[in-house]
Amino acid sequence: MFKIFKSESAINFMGLRKLAIVFSVIMMSLSVFSVFTNKLNLGLDFTGGTVIEVGFAQDADLQKVREVLAVNGFDDAVVQNFGSPRDVLVRLAPRDDVKAETIGSQVLDTLNEQLGQQVSMRRIEFVGPKVGDELTEKGGLAMLAALICILIYVAMRFEWRFALGAVIALAHDVFITIGLFSFLQLEFDLTVLAAILAVIGYSLNDTIVVSDRIRENFRKLRTGTPSEVINISLTQTMSRTLITSLTTIIVLLALFFKGGALIHGFATALLFGVFIGTYSSVYVASSVALSLGITKEDLMPVEVEKEGEEHDDMMP
Amino acid sequence: MLNRYPLWKTLLVALTVLIGFLFAAPNLYEPDHALQISGVRGSEVQVSTFEQVKSKLEQQLEIKSAVLEDGQILVRLNDLESQLKARELTTELLGDKFSVALNMAQTTPGWLAAMGASPLSLGLDLRGGIYFLMEVDMKDLLKTSREQMVLDYKTDLRKERIRYQSIRLQSEGVLLKFRDEEKLEQALTLLKGRYATTNFVQLKSAPLSIRATMSPELLREIKLAAVEQNITIIRSRVNELGVAEPDVQRQGEDRIVVQLPGIQDTARAKELLGATATLEFHMVNEQASPGSVPAGSKVYQRREGGSVVLYKKVMLRGTHITDASSGFSENAQPEVNIKLDAKGGNKISEASKRNINKPMATVFIEYKPTGKVDKDGKQILRKVEEVISVATITTQLGRSFRITGLDSPAEARSLSLLLRAGALRAPIQIVEERTVGPSLGKENIELGATAIVLGLAGVLLFMLVYYRGFGVVSNIALAANVVLIIGVMSMIPGASLTLPGMAGIVLTVGMAVDANVLIFERIREELAAGRTPQQAIHHGYDAAISTIFDANITTLIAAIILFSFGAGPIKGFAITLSIGIITSVFTAVVVTRTVVNLWVGGKRVDKLSI
Repeated sequence: MFKIFKSESAINFMGLRKLAIVFSVIMMSLSVFSVFTNKLNLGLDFTGGTVIEVGFAQDADLQKVREVLAVNGFDDAVVQNFGSPRDVLVRLAPRDDVKAETIGSQVLDTLNEQLGQQVSMRRIEFVGPKVGDELTEKGGLAMLAALICILIYVAMRFEWRFALGAVIALAHDVFITIGLFSFLQLEFDLTVLAAILAVIGYSLNDTIVVSDRIRENFRKLRTGTPSEVINISLTQTMSRTLITSLTTIIVLLALFFKGGALIHGFATALLFGVFIGTYSSVYVASSVALSLGITKEDLMPVEVEKEGEEHDDMMP
Repeated sequence: MLNRYPLWKTLLVALTVLIGFLFAAPNLYEPDHALQISGVRGSEVQVSTFEQVKSKLEQQLEIKSAVLEDGQILVRLNDLESQLKARELTTELLGDKFSVALNMAQTTPGWLAAMGASPLSLGLDLRGGIYFLMEVDMKDLLKTSREQMVLDYKTDLRKERIRYQSIRLQSEGVLLKFRDEEKLEQALTLLKGRYATTNFVQLKSAPLSIRATMSPELLREIKLAAVEQNITIIRSRVNELGVAEPDVQRQGEDRIVVQLPGIQDTARAKELLGATATLEFHMVNEQASPGSVPAGSKVYQRREGGSVVLYKKVMLRGTHITDASSGFSENAQPEVNIKLDAKGGNKISEASKRNINKPMATVFIEYKPTGKVDKDGKQILRKVEEVISVATITTQLGRSFRITGLDSPAEARSLSLLLRAGALRAPIQIVEERTVGPSLGKENIELGATAIVLGLAGVLLFMLVYYRGFGVVSNIALAANVVLIIGVMSMIPGASLTLPGMAGIVLTVGMAVDANVLIFERIREELAAGRTPQQAIHHGYDAAISTIFDANITTLIAAIILFSFGAGPIKGFAITLSIGIITSVFTAVVVTRTVVNLWVGGKRVDKLSI
């Protein structure tokens, strides 16, 4: 049989714990720093404004498009290719002087009349400033709500140390993914937000599988320090962790390369999030639980005392 | 015996998957290009209309079929080209009494349709179309309501002979002043009795004063009524546009979502949907001149210049107009012919009877953006009122009459269109728009489908290579999972597939095998620990199930929060992700177990292909 990961004895994952913590803290600090200095390249959904995507029959001359627009009063237009050299995206900030909802058709008409080339409308999106603010607020709330609900669920199902470990791991993933978007100045739109929430789901999936095994081993294994038990559990779940990451990466690569420009940011966020989420479920979640002093006793099932129960331990 | 399911359980699983297949099946049939013809403005599609359309189209083109159903004609055509040609011919034939909309008609076979199966509805990003989010501007409406309060109180108090000093409009309500305590008490008792939903408070800061404000319930009621009325009117305007499956809905307290699949001409759609022009008829105050305006009168600008003093009292509002058409008068001036409902007819006939030989003015009211925004970022609208005509009432007016004094035939046409579709109760503003062209929609479908197929193929291949025999089992489950997602999506009314939704399916495909990986890895461990194959399978499934549940429930939490977040593009993703999580637990745990049981259960197996 094929094995993606072979190890007869437990690997000392927790031995690298200190190093991992330093690495994670540095990455998170860098992310926060980047978000504060570089800011996020927020998409239309959050800033408000107008985006017009037009299709040309041949490759488009961006410079000429810019000139035509500038002459006609749209000098703040950001013009770029989108997906292919024949598709052009024009982005305009919200403005006060024109009836905002007609900008899209105005730009389209201007291009059609003055470029001397047939331009087809592919997409117009207009988001009012108020709606943009609302979406930003709702997005932040959604992220917070997801973390809190998950904290509650995991705390109920496991133990507060695991719950805290899981949520710290998730926050870690979210921070670093957002940091990457800020550092590379990739556009952060609603689909990216959705991807980040999906990363939360994915990373948690991983964390829970690992935590489940740790709990099981704490109960099953009679010897071993907490650190050893965690190492054994991580080793046992390692091939599953790798395989699932691999299959998820396979589909994400399909999305990244074939899903089209609209879905690109989404695929990027998830691809990166899967990497970071896999790392965090191994190192962050378990290390946090260990640092908080998880012991065998904490994970013993709370049992109702039954008659003769004390003898159970002696049974083979 | 280990790893055997009772027959009923196996059959139940097979049945569930089969139902999923059946409901997903309609998506295999390509829809037809079609025309949908329905009557607008009270005109109905008759059998004769149907025959006319059918014979005209048959002369010029090849049509697949034409049926008359529920007062609508549905013509199916071979391709896009003949669809467009057919629209042209039909519009030419029928004129503007009918709406001719392009549509895609499903071709689900009768036996599937009889079960209630139908293809997935596609989101606007996949089929092309316009999405508008509109906000209803209540400011003016509330001001009008307060003005009405002033008029009402004055009338009431006069009728009851309760003397007041003044009744004035304030920014938040109405201020009533009295000369003595006794009158104030009388007025308070009277008004409180009459207007239960208005709050009357005797002011401490000013002597002998009452402030009347609308209660929160009344405010809510007014807003809700205005939004509902706007929705009705927008629906009728949308019908004028000729859209096959329009969707107009209220969102929150003061917003309206309009979805128009298949429409490309956003400029026209916006102009028509957002227009707030309406008419009011007032009597001219002949005694007054613009220099000295008595109470109850107001100066209005005339469109051709100059001004005129009109009584504030509105004789008739545009809301009573049932039909309007444009035309020319005897001396070739553009005019609009108006028909009123019974109530409006009574009102105008009553009022005109008393005012024969007196001039009546037609006021054209429109809301225009000022270009400024208020503190909430909302555009401030300006109410523009213009007198477009002043005509002397020669006879008592009835339910139909005409107005003149318009600039051009084009203006007459657009005014008549707006009047026909009804006046909006309160002005609206588009706060969000998403328009997708048809070519992009088609491309998006192809991109999404390619990504699904490629992702699925990659995962299937990997599982096959890695787990061999059991890989085949999990691949069966994975295929069943995709079919089930599509089946469930097709079953849920109102759920539509979007591009992010397709991304959700792709992601589910990648993550769904996780459950199988968990189980299979467990089985391998159990085998390595020296259990027999049958025991290994049994324990492998048992041990993995609680982990699978925990892991999926938490992902489901994230998906549900995404769904409640609710913004358009994300919702589609959240829906497919949630459905995918649920179906994947079923296929990865129950379906694979059933297949494994049928395959090895109860047999002597020395070695597992895993």
